[in-house]
Amino acid sequence: MTAGAPPVLEVEDLRVRLRTPRGPADVVNGLSYTVGAGETVAVVGESGSGKSVSVLALLGLLPARVATVTGRAVLQGEDLLTMKPERLRQVRGPGAGMVFQDPMTSLNPVLTIGRQLVEGIRAHGDVDKAAARRRAAELLAEVGLPDPEGTLDRYPHELSGGMRQRVIIAIALSNSPALLIADEATTALDVTVQAQIIDLVEKLQAERGTGVIWITHDLGVVAGIADRVLVMYGGRCVEDGTVDDVLENPVHPYTRGLLGALPDLAQPAVDGVVPDLATVPGVPPAPTDLPKGCVFWPRCPVRGDARCETEQPPLAVIGSADVALPHRAATWCLEGTSGAGSPEGGLR
Amino acid sequence: MVVLAGVSVIVFALVHLVPGDPVRLALGTRFSQETYDALRERSGLDQPLVQQFFSWLGGALTGDLGVSFRSGDTVTSLIAERLPATLTLAFASILVALAIAIPLGTISALRPRSLVDRFATVISQFGISVPDFWVAIVLILVFAGTLGWLPSGGYVPLSEDPLGWLQRLIMPAVVTGTVSGSVITRFVRSSVLEALGADHVRTAQAKGLPARQVFTWHVLRNALLPLVTVTGVQLAYLLSGVVVVEIVFSWPGLGQLALQSVQSRDYPVLQGAILLFAVVFLVINLIVDLLYTAIDPRIRR
Repeated sequence: MTAGAPPVLEVEDLRVRLRTPRGPADVVNGLSYTVGAGETVAVVGESGSGKSVSVLALLGLLPARVATVTGRAVLQGEDLLTMKPERLRQVRGPGAGMVFQDPMTSLNPVLTIGRQLVEGIRAHGDVDKAAARRRAAELLAEVGLPDPEGTLDRYPHELSGGMRQRVIIAIALSNSPALLIADEATTALDVTVQAQIIDLVEKLQAERGTGVIWITHDLGVVAGIADRVLVMYGGRCVEDGTVDDVLENPVHPYTRGLLGALPDLAQPAVDGVVPDLATVPGVPPAPTDLPKGCVFWPRCPVRGDARCETEQPPLAVIGSADVALPHRAATWCLEGTSGAGSPEGGLR
Repeated sequence: MVVLAGVSVIVFALVHLVPGDPVRLALGTRFSQETYDALRERSGLDQPLVQQFFSWLGGALTGDLGVSFRSGDTVTSLIAERLPATLTLAFASILVALAIAIPLGTISALRPRSLVDRFATVISQFGISVPDFWVAIVLILVFAGTLGWLPSGGYVPLSEDPLGWLQRLIMPAVVTGTVSGSVITRFVRSSVLEALGADHVRTAQAKGLPARQVFTWHVLRNALLPLVTVTGVQLAYLLSGVVVVEIVFSWPGLGQLALQSVQSRDYPVLQGAILLFAVVFLVINLIVDLLYTAIDPRIRR
């Protein structure tokens, strides 16, 4: 991120409320973050923490009949949330490209790969068919697909999952977006393909200075690609900061739980007994019925403060605020977390 | 082919299992044993059943379906005479059906629980459950009786009297088309709803495609497959004659022919008609399969 340059995306107090048969569900509750040019922000959290919904809301991809989105989301100087539909359509593509989670269902099975790329290219510029097709073949070559020309005439079912995901990335990149949103883009892929795709995105990002939002629950991926991490829980940001701050000095009990739940390969089985995998007990709160105080307190192993149950903790700066990316966490349980003798031992 | 062979055996057996003696029915109440035997012999009904079957099958394979007991005309000429009327009504009905079903089903899928959707549900429920002859009679009473706008029935070939052809076609086509249309509306609604919820629609939106393009190429295009299937089934049903509607509107189609041949135990005509229905089903299924491969690349090899 170049110092002083305006961020690509600035999200402020994003809230999403969904109408459900069980009443209104507050899926995203006041999310704020920025993504700078060339910067990668990883959004992590369990399933149901509001990660995907929060980015779908940015691009107006939630069904308007059930979703109410408020807040501000300024992409290159324009607020996505108050944009006219036609302007939003123009921004989808050149402004922000999106890579979806499931490569098996995210492409239209009855149209050729070439068609699906070409229509995206032609929707944003006066490009004739032949030129759009050449561009499509270039894109497929860029994302590392062998035989790009031949692939244009093939259908999604003729490609493997990894190849399809490359096609989806090619579609997302086809209008050189300022912002790339990858929603669990590698979750459905095996590890080697995943590594290739991550390399690919990093390479393209370095070449084009694209800002990236990378949604995942894979902390290994986060450590590999992110500049900045945002931990979501119950539709809120419970901790954010640089990747080093959050992964090496987690403050929020939830982040600590997540990190504790990683299998530790450095500690092999003792006498043939593999130590139990640590877990965060319980399940995330239902968005129709969020706890009154700290969203995490019903599952929290610490509960070190009287306010946990009753008062929502603000996102407060930990350590120095005089850095470009201050480390912040929303918890009352700050005391006793800095030393080694913290109540962390009880975290299982 | 295997299916057709099976069908021909079953058709033949069933037809001959129907109680009643065609010769007796043809001769009326007073006749001598000699005339009875003579007619029986002439029709080949004195032969063993197996032999009758093979001589019929042999004829059918060479395009000769035999001669009607009742009129003495060849079965092929009887069918050929009825075919234009049936084809006309079937295709007109399917057009009416699609003209109702595609817009109505699509709009109700786009706005579930809206006024249009509720209206469509009621209408299609009505179309499915109300007997077609009742609707036919009401239409005749209103448009042929009270208003006097349309003739109450009959059929004239298009080449003779285009206006009369159209006037006589409207009511029967509307009646059968509404029934088929009701069934198809439900299919269109559910398949468009399903296509709308597909992940690839979101991909298309995220590309920044105009809404109309998303809808045409990523929703409707994908909802086409179930539509083709159900339209094929409905068309096959319409082509095999809509007996009741044909009778109400005195429409000289195949359904009427089949019914008359049942009543007079006219075996050759009945067998011919049923065989034709079987062929129609097979041909339409074949066409549907061919369309499938054209629409859905996943089925192509």
